[in-house]
Amino acid sequence: MYGDPSEPDPAVRARTVEMAQYSRAWHFDPYHQRLGFARDLAPAEVAADTEWSSWEVFQQARRGEHHVHVGTVHAPDAELALVLAKESFARRGECVNLWAVPARAIAATAYEDADVFVHTTDKSYREPSGFQGLRKSVHHSRDEEAEGAGGEP
Amino acid sequence: MTSPVPLQVEVPPPAAVSAAGAPVTTEAIRADAPLREATLAYLLAIGDDEMLLGHRDAEWTGLGPILEEDIAFSSMAQDEMGHALVWYTLAGTLGAPEADALAFLRDTTGWRSARLVELPRGDYAFSLVRQVLFDLAEAVRLHGLARSTWVPMAHAATKLSQEEKYHLLHGRAYLERLGRASEDSRARLQAALDEAFGYALGLWEPPPDEARLVAAGITPPSADLAGAWLAAAVPFLQACELAPPVTGGPDLWLPTVEAVVGGRTGDHGDDLALLLASMQGMYRSDPEATW
Repeated sequence: MYGDPSEPDPAVRARTVEMAQYSRAWHFDPYHQRLGFARDLAPAEVAADTEWSSWEVFQQARRGEHHVHVGTVHAPDAELALVLAKESFARRGECVNLWAVPARAIAATAYEDADVFVHTTDKSYREPSGFQGLRKSVHHSRDEEAEGAGGEP
Repeated sequence: MTSPVPLQVEVPPPAAVSAAGAPVTTEAIRADAPLREATLAYLLAIGDDEMLLGHRDAEWTGLGPILEEDIAFSSMAQDEMGHALVWYTLAGTLGAPEADALAFLRDTTGWRSARLVELPRGDYAFSLVRQVLFDLAEAVRLHGLARSTWVPMAHAATKLSQEEKYHLLHGRAYLERLGRASEDSRARLQAALDEAFGYALGLWEPPPDEARLVAAGITPPSADLAGAWLAAAVPFLQACELAPPVTGGPDLWLPTVEAVVGGRTGDHGDDLALLLASMQGMYRSDPEATW
């Protein structure tokens, strides 16, 4: 079926290489999968009539707030991604704005490398609560607000 | 994508809305028996359109072409049923039975919906085209009803028209792509349009005694709405490379097919009985049940 292994058919060889990369990269976590598979192997332009691409959707509940990632939709282009994202994610709850980002535009770290995020030594001095002066001034201004609003002298 | 199809489908206001009349109160309508009957007939007509289209659209739940579109179309089906509830509730203020009874306890001859919405869902092209033709009609109608002299009706129309914006965004996005994607997709849309257009014209069959409502400024004349609908739908469909069956030009489009009428007087096709059997069966098995 595969012919002479020493002289493989170029088409079979190409497919074999692709499958090898595919299986190496495949993972049920879409972010991990995208790093190894989608980014390297996905063609630049996906034919809209056979395979729609993935769009990551970010939703903003109120103006001025952060956009929050809420999920993924499949769509042939940005506009339909937004049309479909509206009902997939914004039909409940508050929303004033949606972003749709091509999934292949997102770069992700690998979970194998998650150890880079571990704090080996005490880094509490970096946390907001580590700043004594800040904590004091926050408490101070809260007290002032309470006094101003409370009516009790 | 550069497209000749405008982002928002323009829906012109109806030609002549006689909103100059004095406000009409609910009490005044209730006290005037012929006016009450005419208003109820109108509310049932537009409520029934929404209810049955919502049911037909909901038949795609779980069967949609892709998951995201399944969700979107099902959500729009819920929107339409929500609109039906608004009109049925408004009818209730004039003495109509409660919404559940209207939806689930009437037989075919009691329904005042246009024939368009009772047609089977067909293929997805048909459901999409029917939805777009209906949404354009609803946007035109709500545009007119927003200036009703009966304030509760004007308020309801203003509120409901917010949802039509998304429905039209959705429909335009699909039709402009599928109309130009391939010969197969265009042909399917065109076949759906050929089948649906005469039925869609039937949306403008005036409910009985409409003249009385027009005189009171409660509704605009259906003929005016039909003209506004053609002015919105024809250029849009043509920009999607579809050929609606019309002659004339931008000043006045004239349909070349007959409107399929009868629905507003309870004269329906065989499809409605099958639809009602499916839609009402569960409720009728125990009307006293608490859900």
